Amino acid sequence: MHAFLLSVGYDHWILPALLIIPLLGAAVVLMGGRSVEGEDEVQSGAATRPRLIATMIFGLEFVLSVGLWWAFDPAVSGWQQRFNIAWIPSWGARVDLGLDGIALMMVLLTTFIMLLSSIGSWTSVRHKTAAYYALLLVLTTGMLGVFMSLDLFLFYVMWEVMLVPMYFIVGIWGGARRIYASLKFFIYTMIGSLLMLVGIIYLGLAAQNPATGVPNFSYDAIMATAQLSPSAALWLFGAFFLAFAVKVPMFPFHTWLPDAHVEAPTAGSVVLAAIMLKLGTFGFLRLAVPLFPGAAMNPTVRGIILALAVIGIVYGALVSLVQPDFKKLVAYSSVSHLGFVMLGIFALTVQSVQGALMVMINHGLSTGALFFLIGMIYERRHTRMIASYGGIARVVPLFSAILVFVSLSSIGVPGTNGFVGEFLVLLGAYRTYPILSVIAATSVIIAAAYLLWAVQRILFNPLDKAENEHVSDLNRRELLLLAPILACIVWLGVYPAPVLRRMQPAAEQFVRTVETRAAMATALAEPVTRGAR
Amino acid sequence: MLIQHAATAGAHPLSGTVADYVWLLPILPLLGFIANGLLSLVASVKFGPDDPSADHNAGSHDAHAGEHGAAVAHGDDHHPVARHPYAFLASLIGPGVLVLTFGLALAMFAAMRGAGGGEMHAAFIQRYFSWMPVGDLQIDVAFQLDQLSMLMVLIISGVGALIHVFSVGYMVDDPGYPRYFAYLNLFVFFMLVLVLGASYPIMFIGWEGVGLCSYLLIGYWFSEKANADAGKKAFIVNRIGDFGFLVAMFMLFANIGALDFAGVNAGAAQLGVGGAVVTAICLFLFLGCAGKSAQIPLYIWLPDAMAGPTPVSALIHAATMVTAGVYLIARSNVLFALAPVASLTVVVVGALTAVFAASIGLKQWDIKKVLAYSTVSQLGYMFMGVGSGAYVAGVFHLMTHAFFKALLFLGSGSVIYAMHAAYHHTGKHDDAQDMRNMGGLKKFMPITWVLMWIATLAISGIPPFAGFFSKDEILAAVHNHGRHGTALDSVTFLGLPGGMIMLFCYVLGLAAAFMTAIYMTRMMLYTFHGPNRTGDKERDHLHEAPWVMTGPLVVLGVLSAVGGWFNLPSFFPAGPGAVLEHWLEPVVGASTARLTGGATTEVAHSTELILVGIAILVAVGGIALAFARLKPDALVPKNDALPEQGFERVLANKYYVDEAYDAAIVNPIVATSRGLLWRGIDVGLIDGLTRLIVQGKDDDNTPGAVPMGGLLTRSIGWVGSQLQSGQVGTYAWVLVVGVLFVLGAFTFR
Repeated sequence: MHAFLLSVGYDHWILPALLIIPLLGAAVVLMGGRSVEGEDEVQSGAATRPRLIATMIFGLEFVLSVGLWWAFDPAVSGWQQRFNIAWIPSWGARVDLGLDGIALMMVLLTTFIMLLSSIGSWTSVRHKTAAYYALLLVLTTGMLGVFMSLDLFLFYVMWEVMLVPMYFIVGIWGGARRIYASLKFFIYTMIGSLLMLVGIIYLGLAAQNPATGVPNFSYDAIMATAQLSPSAALWLFGAFFLAFAVKVPMFPFHTWLPDAHVEAPTAGSVVLAAIMLKLGTFGFLRLAVPLFPGAAMNPTVRGIILALAVIGIVYGALVSLVQPDFKKLVAYSSVSHLGFVMLGIFALTVQSVQGALMVMINHGLSTGALFFLIGMIYERRHTRMIASYGGIARVVPLFSAILVFVSLSSIGVPGTNGFVGEFLVLLGAYRTYPILSVIAATSVIIAAAYLLWAVQRILFNPLDKAENEHVSDLNRRELLLLAPILACIVWLGVYPAPVLRRMQPAAEQFVRTVETRAAMATALAEPVTRGAR
Repeated sequence: MLIQHAATAGAHPLSGTVADYVWLLPILPLLGFIANGLLSLVASVKFGPDDPSADHNAGSHDAHAGEHGAAVAHGDDHHPVARHPYAFLASLIGPGVLVLTFGLALAMFAAMRGAGGGEMHAAFIQRYFSWMPVGDLQIDVAFQLDQLSMLMVLIISGVGALIHVFSVGYMVDDPGYPRYFAYLNLFVFFMLVLVLGASYPIMFIGWEGVGLCSYLLIGYWFSEKANADAGKKAFIVNRIGDFGFLVAMFMLFANIGALDFAGVNAGAAQLGVGGAVVTAICLFLFLGCAGKSAQIPLYIWLPDAMAGPTPVSALIHAATMVTAGVYLIARSNVLFALAPVASLTVVVVGALTAVFAASIGLKQWDIKKVLAYSTVSQLGYMFMGVGSGAYVAGVFHLMTHAFFKALLFLGSGSVIYAMHAAYHHTGKHDDAQDMRNMGGLKKFMPITWVLMWIATLAISGIPPFAGFFSKDEILAAVHNHGRHGTALDSVTFLGLPGGMIMLFCYVLGLAAAFMTAIYMTRMMLYTFHGPNRTGDKERDHLHEAPWVMTGPLVVLGVLSAVGGWFNLPSFFPAGPGAVLEHWLEPVVGASTARLTGGATTEVAHSTELILVGIAILVAVGGIALAFARLKPDALVPKNDALPEQGFERVLANKYYVDEAYDAAIVNPIVATSRGLLWRGIDVGLIDGLTRLIVQGKDDDNTPGAVPMGGLLTRSIGWVGSQLQSGQVGTYAWVLVVGVLFVLGAFTFR
C-alpha cells in the first residue's frame, strides 16, 4: 500500500487536494441546488441532488484521506506529506502544509465525521439544502486547513474560514433560539480569534528577515528563531490561550457551548463536538504550548490552567447531572471530557499527552454518536426533553442497544475507546500531579451517574406515554451511519496500539520540546528577575 | 490468533499442553454472547420488539403497585409470559458454551496436575498483543494461568454451567430469553477475563465488565422503575469502588513502574514493609473490593440487586462476581503482606460487615433479601480470612460459599417459580417472594426442601457440611494470626494493638455466625415448615420445579455436603488433608508466612479443638434458638401482617442507611449542581457577566432573550436577522467565492 501510494505521488498532492476538493464541491452543490422559500425540499425532491453530490464529495474526501494511514510513516518524527509553496510573498505568507501523527489522526477523524454528518443530515435538513451542504463543505476545508497548516498566517485564515460556516449553520438551520446561540458562539470565538491574529502578526514580525523586512509566518522558523522576552511570551500566550480556551471550551469560557449545541441542527452539533472543540486543544498542542513554553509551564500559569481543567472535569459532570434536556446534558459532558484533554496536555508526561490525544479522538466518536442518536429520536418525537421519554427500549430495541453501548463508551468502560484515553490521561497525570489526577478520577463516578440516569429515564422505566408507543426503530440509513462509529469504538478500545504508535513520535517530541524549551526560558528569565529585584 | 510466549514461558511445564488454549476459555462465552445477542436483535427486527405482552401486563401491575405501595420491589414477580421464537436455539447456545468452557477448564486442570500442580511455582503467561504501548508503559493483553486462577476458572465455569442449565427452566417463557442468555454469557466472559488477566488493567476490563453485566441483568425487566433503579445504583456504587481500583493502579505505576502481576510482585519489595505508599495502594484496592464485594460502606447495592432474575442473583450476586474482591486481595497478596495496617482494615471491615448484614438478615421477609444480606455477611467472612493473611481460608470459603449460596438462591428460585406459577394459575397478584405468603412448602417441594436444608446447615457451620470447614478455618485464623509477635499484632490500629483488634474481630465473627444460624433457620422454618399461607386456591398448584432446574440443585447439594473435604484441618482424623492449602501454596504461601510468622507462641492442638468446639456450639445454639422461639404457625400472610415496632423496625428498614446516604450525599450533590453550579454559576454568574460586558448594562435578565442593548450586539444582530430573509444561498455563495478568490488571487498571480 505504502509503495503504491508513493508511486502515484500521493505524498505530494494529497494535502492540497483535501483542501481544494470540498471548496470546488461547494460550488458544484450550489450550482445544482434550487431553493423555494418555505418548501420542504426533502419532500419535493429538491434536496436529492445537493445531498447526493455532497455525500459523494465527502466520500471521495474520506477515501483519499484514508491513504494517509499507510502513507504516514509512524517511525519518523517531523512533518510528512509536506506541501510548501509561496502564497503572499510580500507578507511572507506561504501555503505550507504538513502532518505529524497528531494532525494525521485529526484529519482522519474530520473526513470520517464529515462523511457521516452528511449522511446524517439526509432527512433532518429540509430547507435551503444546497446552501447547507455547501457550507458543510467549506467548513471541512477550514477545519482540515487548521490541522494541516504549518504557516501561522494560513492557520489564522483557515481558523476564520471554519468559524463563519458554523455561525450560519447554527443561525439558519438551528432550533428556536438559534439567533441567540449563534451570536453567542460568534462573539465568544471572534473575540478569541482576533487576539490570536494580533499574536500571530507579532510573531511573524519577530521572525522577519532582517535584510528584506518581510515577515515570516513559518511554524518551523518561528520555533527556531523567535526570541521573546518573558513578559512578551506571557502576553502572547495569553492571547493564544483565550482563543483556544474558548474553543475547547475551558471553564469558565464554556457557556456558549451548551446553547450552540442545543440550538444547532444534528450535524452542526456533531461537527461542533467531534471536531471543532478539538481545534482548541490542537491549538494548545501545536501553538500555544510549544511556542511559549516558558509562559505555559510557568508554575503559576500551569497551575491555574490545570486547576481550570480539573474544575471543568468535575463541574461539567455535575452540571450534566441535572440537565433536563438530553442534548444539553451531552454538551456539558463535553466540558468534562475536554477537561481531561487539557489535564493531559498540561500534566506533560508521554502517557498523559497520548491519553489527551486519545480522548480527542474518542470524544469525537462517542459524543458524535450521541448527538446523532439524539437527532434520530428527535426527528421522530420532536423533543429532546428526557422527561418526554421513558420505557422506549421496549419500542425501539436497536436504538436502545446502540444508545446504551455508546453511553458506555462515553463513560469509559474498559473495552471501549473511552477507557483508553481517560486511563492514560489520569495515569500519566498522576506522575506529575497526583492530587489533581485523583480529583479528576472522581468524574468516573459522576459520569456513570449522569449518563446512566438519563439512559434509564429515556429507555427504561414504564412506557407510560402514549406518544412513545409507536416510535419507529432505526432505519437502514441510520444503522449504516452508526455502524462505522460503533466499529471504531470497539477497535480503539481493544486494539488502540496502531493509533498510539502513529502518535507516539509527535507526543514524545511535544513533551521533550516543551520541557527543554521551558527549561531554557526559565534559565533566560533568571537574570532578568534577579535584575528586577 | 497470534501467541507470543513470554520469555520464561517457553520452558514452562504447561506450554505444549491444553493450557495453550487458555484464550479459548473466555472466547467461548463471548461467542455465545454474540450469537444470543444477534438472535435477540434479529428477532426484534423480524417479529417486532421483544416484550409483546408487556403492554397489557403493565396495567395490571400498576393496580398492584397501588395496592401495596410502590416502594416495594418485587423482582421476579409479574413479568410477562411469552415464549421467544428463538427460545430453542438460545437454550442450546447459552448453556452449551458454558458446558464446553467447563470441559476445557477440567482438561487444563488435569494438565496442571500432570505438570506438578502444587509444585508449579511460576504462572503460565500467554501474551497476545500490545494493548497500550505508551513510552515506558507497556500493557499487554495477556492471560495467566496459575493455581489461583485455575481454581477460580473451575468455580466460575462449573457453577456457571449449572446455573445456565437451571436458567433454561426458569427463564424459557420470558419474552426476552435470548437477551437474557446474551447478558449471562457476556458476564461469564468478563468474569473469566477478570480472573485470567495477567495484569491489573486487564483484570480491570473484567472488573468493570462484570459490573456492566450486573447492571444489565439487575435491570433485565427494565419496564419496572425499581429494577432499573437497582441496576443503575449497582453500577454507580461499583464505580465508587472502581475509582479506588484506578487510583491504586496509578500509584502502582508511579511507584513501581509496572502493572502486570509479575512485575508488581517483583518490585513490591522496594516499597518497604508497612510503608505509607504500599498501605495507600492496598487501601485503594480495598475500596475497589468494598464496591464489588458489597462491604461497608458500599454494600447498599447488593440487596437491591435482587431485582434481577433469581439465577442471576445466584451466579453474579452470590457465587462469582461479588467474590471478585476476595480474589483481588488474594491476587495482590504480596502487596497486602507488606501492609499490615491495610490488612487489619480488611479484617475489621469484613467483621463489621459480617455482623451488620447478618443482623439485618434477621428481620427480612423477602426470601431473596434474606439471602442477599447473608451474602454480604459471608463476604465479610471471606475478607476476614484474606485480611488476616489466611488467603487459603478466604478462597476456600469463597469456593464453599459458591456451592451452598448458589444452591440457596437457586432453591429460592424454585420456590419463587412455584409460587409464581400458582399465582399465575389463579390470576392472583401477590408477592411471590415474601415468606409470609409461603409456609409448609416441604410437602409440595420435598427435593428442594432437603437440598436447602443441606445448604442451611452448611452456611450455619454444622459439620461435616462444606461451610463448617471453611468458616472454622477463617475464625481460627482470625483468632490465631493476631498472636503476640506476628506482623499483624505488631502494628497499632486506631490506637489499639493489632492483636487486640483481631481478637475483637474473632468475637464479631462468632456473633455473626450465631445470627447466621438464626436467620437461615428462620428462613427455612417460615418457607417450608408450618402451615401453608399461599391461599386456598393457589395451594393446589404448588409443585416441584422441572428436572432441568432440580438437577443442578442436586449437584450443588452434593458439593455443599462434601465441599469441605477439599481442605481438611490437620486435626481431622481421616480424609485427604489440606489439599487446597497445598495447591495454593506457591501463590500465597510466602505472604501468609510474612504476615503471620514470627509468633512467639505456637497454637496448641487443644486450642484449635476448643475453637472448633466453640464454633459448633454457636451454630447449634443459633439453630436451636430459632427452633425454640420462632413460631411459623403464628405467621399471617403479608397483607394481613402488622408493621414491626421498635428495634425490629429499624432492622426491617436496614438501619435506614439508604435514606441516610440519600439525605447526606445524593440529594446535596444534586441540589448543589442544579442550584449553585448550573443556575447560579453557569447561567447566573458567567452568562450574566458576559451580558454585562457585551451590553454595557445588564438590562435583560431573561437568559433566553437576545441581548440587543449594545452597539456590537446590535450590529451583529442585524446580520443575524438578515439570515432569515431567504437570501442564504447568496451568503453561502459570497463565502465560497470569496474564499476561492482570495486563495486563487494570491496563489496564481
